[in-house]
Amino acid sequence: MIRVVLPEHLRTLARVDGEVAVRVAEPATQRTVLDALEASYPMLRGTIRDQATQRRRAFVRFFACEQDLSHETPDTPLPEAVVKGDEPFLVVGAMAGG
Amino acid sequence: MSSVRVLVGTRKGAFLLTADGKRARWEVSGPYFGGWEIYHLKGSPADPNRLYASQSSGWFGQVIQRSRDGGKTWEAVGNKFEYDGVTGTHQWYDGTPHPWEFKRAWHLEPSLHDPDTVYAGIEDAALFRSSDGGQTWQELPALRAHTSGPKWQPGAGGLCLHTILLDRANPGRIFVAISAAGAFRSDDDGKTWRPINKGLRSAQIPDQDAEVGHCVHRIAMHPSRPEVLFMQKHWDVMRSDNGGESWREVSGNLPTDFGFPIDVHAHEPETIYVVPIKSDSEHYPPDGKLRVYRSRTGGDQWEALSRGLPQSDCYVNVLRDAMAVDSLDSCGIYFGTTGGQVYASPDAGDTWAPIVRDLPPVLSVEIQTLP
Repeated sequence: MIRVVLPEHLRTLARVDGEVAVRVAEPATQRTVLDALEASYPMLRGTIRDQATQRRRAFVRFFACEQDLSHETPDTPLPEAVVKGDEPFLVVGAMAGG
Repeated sequence: MSSVRVLVGTRKGAFLLTADGKRARWEVSGPYFGGWEIYHLKGSPADPNRLYASQSSGWFGQVIQRSRDGGKTWEAVGNKFEYDGVTGTHQWYDGTPHPWEFKRAWHLEPSLHDPDTVYAGIEDAALFRSSDGGQTWQELPALRAHTSGPKWQPGAGGLCLHTILLDRANPGRIFVAISAAGAFRSDDDGKTWRPINKGLRSAQIPDQDAEVGHCVHRIAMHPSRPEVLFMQKHWDVMRSDNGGESWREVSGNLPTDFGFPIDVHAHEPETIYVVPIKSDSEHYPPDGKLRVYRSRTGGDQWEALSRGLPQSDCYVNVLRDAMAVDSLDSCGIYFGTTGGQVYASPDAGDTWAPIVRDLPPVLSVEIQTLP
């Protein structure tokens, strides 16, 4: 299972507390994780990726293992520690005030 | 006994304010969707328990919420707003072509007859409709595809479709207004559209009486007299007596004719309300005095209403969707400010009192008069 940490507003929207976990086939990528996440929580569609282009929204970032994965391609395999569930995949709202 | 529910959208969530028909003691609930911008929420005329809310954020985009129980509980419904066909370009602030891009839903207008049908006014300007309670949305593309579309340009708030008026007397007739394109009318339920801006003059465009390009801030209509429309434009308060075919200025003795909201008394179709704002760059009341202006003559002659409103050092704004009326025997008038106050007058504007003083900046106010 891949552990995903959502920002507070999206946890509220999805009505979850704490981390969520999704199961994806290997190789696990941003795309497969987000596809699985949106399948489990349809209300998150459009909030992380644009629904038409599937591109990451500008003020959303992806981190894991102390690395910024935001600019990896959606089909790049995720780090082994994320795939094993040792580390979570972090969906983070950009630090942009508000 | 009748009661009133005030639906308030703010920069940081939604609030519901309720009172009995006396409108003296209010109960405040919220914030709902705390931290999100609630551009608008509105109840269905056909089912007052059915509410729709536009929830958006610069981080996470657009969400549409629906309630079936008068706002006690909510569920996220469809948020896929996909323009129909080739989107092309509109005019950018600098006059260059700019591609159409979905930003947010400014205004949700439930059908007069069907709780599951609701229209959405979108930035960049387009009109969408859902017929399944907000689960799916389809554009009414003939509006955006009007031949004048490439000339539309954003106002300071964006290229937004902010006003949707459904005509109870003429099924299929829809009025919309877009900043800064102008007013448009459809007589066939959105299949075709034409601009209705004859008589408008705007100094900010090259051809001051052009067919499109006008920054219409708001249009209001009394349901019993849908041929008569009242408009607050960027500058100028206007009136049409023929369903928008032509307009004439009725700013009369207003201290300034710049402003955002305009509304009509529930029982007196010639009694209208505006909130004059100093200028297009100074978005606050003249002289630091918050005054609603009322005309009992459908324009031209205006009186200041100030009892209970701050008359010194007040520099808030009242946005275009932030004024509404109830339909109790003594018509109530309501508006919210960018300072977070929501004011109510239970006597058609003669006296005012704040319901709440310290909400986040208010984006929209809608009223439900409940049996």
